[in-house]
Amino acid sequence: MTITDQTQFRTALLQPDAPTPETLLDGLGRPAGRRFSVYRNNVAVALTEALIDGFPACHILLGDQTFRAMAGQFLRQHPPDSPVMAQFGAALPAFLDTAPQLARMRWIGDLARLEMALRDSYHAADATPLSGEALAAIPPAELGETRFGLAPALRLVTSDWPILSIWRRALDPSRPVAARRPEAVLIARPDFDPVPHLLAPGDDVFVTSLCDGATLGDAAEVAAKATPEHDPTAILTLLMQTRSLTGPKDTT
Amino acid sequence: MTQRPTLPAGPGVGYKPQHYSAIMSDPGSVDWLEIHAENYMGAGGRPIAQLRHLAERFPVSVHGVGLSIGGEGRLDADHLDRLKHLCDWLNPASFSEHLAWSTHDGAFLNDLLPLPYTQATLQRVADHIDEVQTTLGRQMLLENPSSYLAFAESEMSETAFLRDLTRRTGCGLLLDVNNVFVSATNLNMDAQAYVADFPMESVGELHLGGHDEDHDDHGAPLLIDSHGREVADPVWALLDDVLARTGPAPLLIEWDTEVPEWPILAAEAARARRALSRAPRRVAA
Repeated sequence: MTITDQTQFRTALLQPDAPTPETLLDGLGRPAGRRFSVYRNNVAVALTEALIDGFPACHILLGDQTFRAMAGQFLRQHPPDSPVMAQFGAALPAFLDTAPQLARMRWIGDLARLEMALRDSYHAADATPLSGEALAAIPPAELGETRFGLAPALRLVTSDWPILSIWRRALDPSRPVAARRPEAVLIARPDFDPVPHLLAPGDDVFVTSLCDGATLGDAAEVAAKATPEHDPTAILTLLMQTRSLTGPKDTT
Repeated sequence: MTQRPTLPAGPGVGYKPQHYSAIMSDPGSVDWLEIHAENYMGAGGRPIAQLRHLAERFPVSVHGVGLSIGGEGRLDADHLDRLKHLCDWLNPASFSEHLAWSTHDGAFLNDLLPLPYTQATLQRVADHIDEVQTTLGRQMLLENPSSYLAFAESEMSETAFLRDLTRRTGCGLLLDVNNVFVSATNLNMDAQAYVADFPMESVGELHLGGHDEDHDDHGAPLLIDSHGREVADPVWALLDDVLARTGPAPLLIEWDTEVPEWPILAAEAARARRALSRAPRRVAA
């Protein structure tokens, strides 16, 4: 007797025009026919809905029909590799970057990167933030030599496109149309809700240096090299206000 | 030593984050909560914080939807580790999974897919249950599926398959009464005969959920286990047959799609409490 193996079942599930395996029957022994489509439909709908939930701004800007068509192609080429659906879609930005149908929306991949980073931040580990008192207790002369930790929920997304302006306008059409410019976005999670912030030139270099374990002084120097007029005051204030600094680690 | 809590023989609901405040302020008839394991595998943030708070107030059941116990391949070791981590810190009152598969060749298909009931699949599923119970250090409950089709190669009934699994592995069973009704309708079986043949002595939890109605190629009814509406009246009637055999048991209302406002779900839990109050305290041996 033919055995329906799961390779055959899976192939038929993901290919809408593939025939239903012939060992699948209804209760009276007849071919299962569209009963198999219930599973086929469940798989496509569940994974597509997961992408719509995970990438709401991309869904709005592509439109429901285009997004669902892209999702259908994506989930067949990149089915989830884990049952943890919070991680599903990590490969979507690169997929959108190279989708020939979207050649006129070159920013769409970066928009998906921003949305994936927001979701990652939401699920990231908690941390005890640096208190104002602890910061004030550091002698000013030692501040430059201090290495702070960063909250695990902090994310940085840089783009050649005005990606935060595009994201904001997608969710709130009363926002102004974005001027064409690069944008760097810091995602901070002061409590449980990730919030994106637009960074000034050089801030992204500064945050990346801190991430890599640089002291405040070294990070400021690297940022000033990249952007001569860079002043770290604003970004440091933002990091404190959003409870994104932890530590200090050690000052040696 | 931490004691392991048990699920009370009262109504529970599948927990949805939008109901957090309502449940914490007035749970109504709800005695316990069930979560989908895969939604609580992040490192932190609101989902984990809410779960910690809920677990201080309610017994919690962890219900896995992605382990693929019926899969042909080996269990996903990373996923089993995530389940162990969750069960270790949460110390839930129960852990359950499905008689189904969802992962094949590294791809997770996000649905509960059916398997034929043969000696070969019986051995495979039993091995997987052994691995789960050994890794988690606890007994698991296995849930009967909703079926939309049958396999030509099946050699035994679902109830015989499940009974044999409990004997081989010592696992318990989660009897989903809506699934019995859906499968019986879809496969021209007698739901009451299924219940009569079900190994009730192994049942540790009951599920109820809503289904949708569709039709197959021949115009025959095809019920879909959608969990998107109230439990249907004939399923409540079938529940009475089940409770007559089990006595009061942990009884969960599942509502996973088109999730309603809390009062509607709370009303289903209240109906579950009334059904449980009709169950005989002592079950005839």
